[in-house]
Amino acid sequence: MTIPMPGAIDCDIHPALPDTRTLMPYLDDYWRAHFQMRGLDRDNYDAAAFPANAPINARPDWKPAKGKAGADFQMLKTQALDGFGLKYAICNVLHGAQAIFSEDLSAAFCRAINDWVAKEWLDRDPRLRASIVVPMHSPELAAREIERCAVDARFVQVLVWEMQEIPLGRRQHWPIYRVAEQLDLPIGIHAGSSYRHPPTNLGWPSYYLEDYASWSTGFAGVLNSLISEGVFVEFPRLKVVLMESGVTWLPAWMWRANKTWRGVRAEVPWLEKSPADYAREHVRLTAQPFDSPPNAAMTRKIVEQIDCEDMLLFSTDYPHWHYDGGDALPDGLPDHLIQKILVDNAMKTYPRLKDRA
Amino acid sequence: MSATAQSPKVQTNDPAILGFVDCDVHPYTKSPADLDAFLPKRWRELRQTIGARSRSPFVAAPNYPRMSPGTGMRMDAWPEDGGHPGSNLNMMREQLLDAFDVSFGMMMPLLGRGGDSRDVEFGAALCTAANEWEAQTWCDPEPRLKAAVQITTEYTEAAIKEIELRAGDRRFTHVMIPPRGLEPLGRRRYWKILEACAANNFPIALHLGGTSGHASTGGGWPSFYHEEHPSYPQSKEALVTSLVTEGVFEHIPNLRVALVEGGFAWLPSLSWRLDKHYKRLRAEVPHLKMLPSEYIRRNIWVTTQPMEEPEQPDDILATCEWIGWDRIMFSTDYPHWDQDDPRYALKVRIPEKEKRMLFRENALSFYNLTV
Repeated sequence: MTIPMPGAIDCDIHPALPDTRTLMPYLDDYWRAHFQMRGLDRDNYDAAAFPANAPINARPDWKPAKGKAGADFQMLKTQALDGFGLKYAICNVLHGAQAIFSEDLSAAFCRAINDWVAKEWLDRDPRLRASIVVPMHSPELAAREIERCAVDARFVQVLVWEMQEIPLGRRQHWPIYRVAEQLDLPIGIHAGSSYRHPPTNLGWPSYYLEDYASWSTGFAGVLNSLISEGVFVEFPRLKVVLMESGVTWLPAWMWRANKTWRGVRAEVPWLEKSPADYAREHVRLTAQPFDSPPNAAMTRKIVEQIDCEDMLLFSTDYPHWHYDGGDALPDGLPDHLIQKILVDNAMKTYPRLKDRA
Repeated sequence: MSATAQSPKVQTNDPAILGFVDCDVHPYTKSPADLDAFLPKRWRELRQTIGARSRSPFVAAPNYPRMSPGTGMRMDAWPEDGGHPGSNLNMMREQLLDAFDVSFGMMMPLLGRGGDSRDVEFGAALCTAANEWEAQTWCDPEPRLKAAVQITTEYTEAAIKEIELRAGDRRFTHVMIPPRGLEPLGRRRYWKILEACAANNFPIALHLGGTSGHASTGGGWPSFYHEEHPSYPQSKEALVTSLVTEGVFEHIPNLRVALVEGGFAWLPSLSWRLDKHYKRLRAEVPHLKMLPSEYIRRNIWVTTQPMEEPEQPDDILATCEWIGWDRIMFSTDYPHWDQDDPRYALKVRIPEKEKRMLFRENALSFYNLTV
């Protein structure tokens, strides 16, 4: 599968905030003075989970001569929007704002980033949409920020990281899910960690390669939590989108979760169906990286095992480097699935894309 | 070694099942005081007063309560004369060893808290005592049972001393390490222990369970056993990732590692994932000379219980092929609630050759066992 893919909907692109100073005009007077007093505008709050210059996060031909990959609007427009022939692309800003320990400071950062995205990105190209970044550890402030941003229909999703202080299904988070469901906003859960805990349950690994590998195990934990706590029972219209999660781990997760549920369901009696069935109804995954097996026949096997044509969403993951050229879909996908992955599944997952269609 | 045949055998028309090697059998003490006979006075007194202290909130209960009494025991495995399931050799013979004419039962004791004691000297003493208890209480009267060398990885010198002490004693066949340690096992601080395992021709068996004090997901502590139990495969994935990326298998090419009670269907996807992202990030790990999947294929074995149950039962065959039939070893997990019965655990027909490998031959070779 190669470019262009006219009309495709890209569910995961990453505009980069050039530096903290860029946010100063988007802060209110109090926070601007506060940033200045403490020198926060000179600090780098980029997410440690995504070092900007790591090869995996900055494809060489998508990296500007100066500055961070993803920071240059013209490049993103030419290479992603025009290059892939996209109809829409959803901006997911991966920034440490969501990991700041102070709920208030985190919320101030998030508000500024959301306003910056609207002005510097969404206003510049009608094909761009965005996710709302929120301080997940502050459910009240997060819900308020979602309501504030949702007035703008170009915000189509809430963005959170998979690994935070407490598992995402925990009931403290439910005010966020309540407002998201009401406003037709899926919860986009992106790879990454605020490093409140080691990214593996064995402790702190040595290498970024290990952290990166751990993202998919984190998503398994996220699904176990969301399903076990009963999030999808309480919020039957809620969708979650796992982004940059890898895909091929999913069948083994389904089998394990179903088996555990059969033996342990007395502990979670509110569940009305198997974990895999909840996942098929409520969970979507972006397809980059796919973590493909060595050949197309094995990929087809994995797709058969997922056994749900609605789950996969197209993403370029621009400017992250998982493939070269325009080879953004894995080999081995059946033809009839490709149209669904490129367009239909995203349209069903993101009701707000319809608003302007 | 033939069975004592004092207890009736199960009815089965599958000859591959009788005589299998069980790679996960749990012997228990009747009471924690059983270890006292093997503890020096200082440690016996400590056990009786303050007790072993790990990194969890309860004195003698798991973080996540199980679904049956005794921390998740089989209901029919409680001995009539008292004691914990798995503490009565005759009952173990009746329900497992004789019933299936088991050739060898590889013991994985989950007791004593030696491996994760915060006081590492006490932990080492508990490990030594538990090893002696295993050998004398179980192996001596029942040579089909093979003992694990239990160690604490947080006390390098004591761990190596214990490994060397048991080397050459044919009752001991494997070193048992709790995979949830303070740090991922591939870290350099553990290499001397791993070297000692290989040097003494001990394969390592990593049995899941317990806690190291780290949250059991990267995003914090879950609420339910319904989440804790399926977090075991995530531990195994982190473990394999650590051993491979740190270069353990480059440094110790003959180290053999069995992953016990963590499932196995996740392993192919992890191999693909590591290979893919290694290609982008290889500058970070220049000590690797092969693809991650090649180290996995060479140095990692898995045990079957709790058996994977694909929605389409035939898919188990693809999973086993992708891992390699020569790397998969059958286990029951006796006497736990989710124990697998070799007659029913596999829902599809396995070719005879592969079945012999899975039930017997792979384990004989992995554990250096001779019949």
